[in-house]
Amino acid sequence: MVTLNINQKNYQVDADPDMPLLWAIRDLVGLTGTKYGCGVAQCGACVVHLNGEAVRSCVTKVKRAVGQKVVTIEGLSKNNDHPLQLAWQQIDVPQCGYCHSGQLMSAAELLREKPDPTDQDIDDAMAGNICRCGTYLRIRKAIHLAADMQRNGVKKA
Amino acid sequence: MTKHSERRFQIFPLKTIGTVAVFLLAIALMTSGFKEEKKVNVTPAAGFDAAKDSTASVDAFMQVYKVLMSPRCMNCHPSGDRPLQGNDSHIHTMNVQRGKEGKGLYALKCTNCHQPENAETNHAPPGNPKWQLPPANMKMVFQGRSAHDLALQIMDYNRNGHKNKAMLLEHARDTIVKAGWHMGEGRPAPPLAYNEFVKVWDTWINNGGYAPEK
Repeated sequence: MVTLNINQKNYQVDADPDMPLLWAIRDLVGLTGTKYGCGVAQCGACVVHLNGEAVRSCVTKVKRAVGQKVVTIEGLSKNNDHPLQLAWQQIDVPQCGYCHSGQLMSAAELLREKPDPTDQDIDDAMAGNICRCGTYLRIRKAIHLAADMQRNGVKKA
Repeated sequence: MTKHSERRFQIFPLKTIGTVAVFLLAIALMTSGFKEEKKVNVTPAAGFDAAKDSTASVDAFMQVYKVLMSPRCMNCHPSGDRPLQGNDSHIHTMNVQRGKEGKGLYALKCTNCHQPENAETNHAPPGNPKWQLPPANMKMVFQGRSAHDLALQIMDYNRNGHKNKAMLLEHARDTIVKAGWHMGEGRPAPPLAYNEFVKVWDTWINNGGYAPEK
């Protein structure tokens, strides 16, 4: 048994240390907001935060997360009111939605380090998150809006 | 008359001595110039003894050079600010950037995908605990460097990551260097066996760290 701290809560899970963190999060803990996309760190659907960094949980092993702080899309905000989540809703960013928990977790890491990102910063941060519906332009728009909300404290429904 | 002769006698040797001195100086300068050219203008890293065996050193470096220019080494020593990828050293997909510390940017940091160890799955990222590029203020570029230029760069304390002789020797034993020989399926090792590489690396440095001629 290993202990994983996910969204500020400890979970005892019966996981092999070499198990992908994604499997533990989804299958053992039951937090299914994080998605399985490619399994080889190519698409970004499985991004979670490990001590604040946007790691790809499909290739991150459980042993790397033991004793560390994991945050999944369920823990990004208490009431789904992270500026990015509000901006995503306002602009109606997703189409099928499958990649968007990963998109949001990557974007959150960008805003943490760069509260006022340029288009170039967004390209540099987000190019590894693939969206096959092609919502990239709305993602870019929503990140700018979220940055604005974060800066000015504006929260629109 | 006697006075005049005396004067002439005094002046003549002075002129001769002067001419000979200038001539000798010119020879000395030319000789030292030739020496400089032969030795190649190496700025040795701190801790280097006097020159030892320039031929053995250069021969060894030519072997070292083959390894350093292989994709396993060069892909993380790009001339631009984006890592290279694959056996054809194409620019890394996903718009991955060097970043100030050489560890990537924002949501695309190296270790977000590259784990402390290789992924077992084929086509998944290789790994190492030290996975990164050289930092932005010390890029240590391999890509595009001639053997001459790369040797000089590695021996230059101000361009090699501030490594003295001991640190350079140690670098060949570093886990991130060793990783080049164990990057998983589909990623062939550099053209020399690891032990052979360490041997020629040591030979190159222990014999003075000479650069091949241009």
